Amino acid sequence: MSPHRKLPAGVDARLLIRDAAKLMPDPARRLFLRGGASLGALAFLTGCDIVDSASAERALMQVSYFNDRVQAWLFNPNKLAPTFPESAVTRPFPFNAYYPEEDAPEVDEEDYRLEVGGLVDEKKSWTLDQLRALPQETQITRLICVEGWSAIGKWTGTPLRDFLRRVGADTRAKYVWFRCAEGYSTSIDMPTALHPQTQITLQFDGEVLPRKYGFPLKIRIPTKLGFKNPKYVMEMAVTNKYLGGYWEDQGYNWFSGS
Amino acid sequence: MVGSGWEIYNASPLFAFVFPRPVTLGRWLAGGLLLHFAAMWVLAVNGLVYLLLGIASGRFRRKLVPIRASQLLADVRAAVTGTLSRADPSVYNAVQRLFYVGVILASILVVLSGLAIWKPVQLQELTAVFGGYDAARYVHFFAMAIIVAFTVLHVTMSLLVPRSLRAMITGR
Repeated sequence: MSPHRKLPAGVDARLLIRDAAKLMPDPARRLFLRGGASLGALAFLTGCDIVDSASAERALMQVSYFNDRVQAWLFNPNKLAPTFPESAVTRPFPFNAYYPEEDAPEVDEEDYRLEVGGLVDEKKSWTLDQLRALPQETQITRLICVEGWSAIGKWTGTPLRDFLRRVGADTRAKYVWFRCAEGYSTSIDMPTALHPQTQITLQFDGEVLPRKYGFPLKIRIPTKLGFKNPKYVMEMAVTNKYLGGYWEDQGYNWFSGS
Repeated sequence: MVGSGWEIYNASPLFAFVFPRPVTLGRWLAGGLLLHFAAMWVLAVNGLVYLLLGIASGRFRRKLVPIRASQLLADVRAAVTGTLSRADPSVYNAVQRLFYVGVILASILVVLSGLAIWKPVQLQELTAVFGGYDAARYVHFFAMAIIVAFTVLHVTMSLLVPRSLRAMITGR
């Protein structure tokens, strides 16, 4: 029997095919769905196992490192954080730490020395009086917590970039690392350390920095989230080594820029 | 994005409620943040391709407009009385058009307000458009609420009219 049967009279082959095609799925959509399904199957075969939480966490950390680079690229060293009038200051300003307020470290003013080390010409320790003798600036800026809340505070101290120049820091180094009295630590990128509003803070709201806000010394960085603003700072070091930090080592994004 | 966003919301709730743990993603704040800031790339790339294709191909112009008030009223009435024509599920009625345009706008809003919360210094002009950091958080929340409400309604409707599921897959 011939495979080419004759069409009945009066039936146009082209119109017949067009009508038949109408009953079929849209070919573009079919290709797209098939492509999508193949891609999905391929992803499973290559071992992208989303059920295994260790590998999922590793993958998420890779994206977080990528986000560090994106944020470093987005960071404009000349862009200032918005400032506010005195009346906008949040009073009382919230205390925040991973421990209750009564557990905040008590640092003795007489014994206190800020140790400055790493890639600096002048490795030495600073007394509070020496730090207070440096030129002081005041800023009223918004502190934004990684949890989402925010509060406006008034901080006074000496710009970190002036201090770094004074001690002959190698400003081509990648990081500045901070160690705090209670064992907290964090590290920041050099461009942020050199930002004009990044401050070695000695006062809050016109008074000596109270214990709950980091006595005797905190680093105020209005271009970063709150947890990147260390309190009770005992030591700082300029380094090319990535040293992470207390929260960063537990999964919080390292750059955490605002 | 929604599940991890709820986890982040719980760390500092805007309202007098938190999202129950079983519906949040990320186990704790850091996990929620990692998921949120990873999934944002998928949303951004997908969303951009979708919007550019929708505009360039003329699909938005063809299928989502015009939305006329009179047609909208008629279609709402028809939907309520159960006489809405479902002759061709690939042609959207006025109610559908309004909702689809609405959810696209809410998605754009959720991304913009998200950027305003993420970068209130570097993108401070954008944050200012939303009325500041705290206001942008509320915008982000309500845009999410619109998208979630749309999704619930959309899935319910498509299950009520199973023929529309076929139309989604075959395009007819």
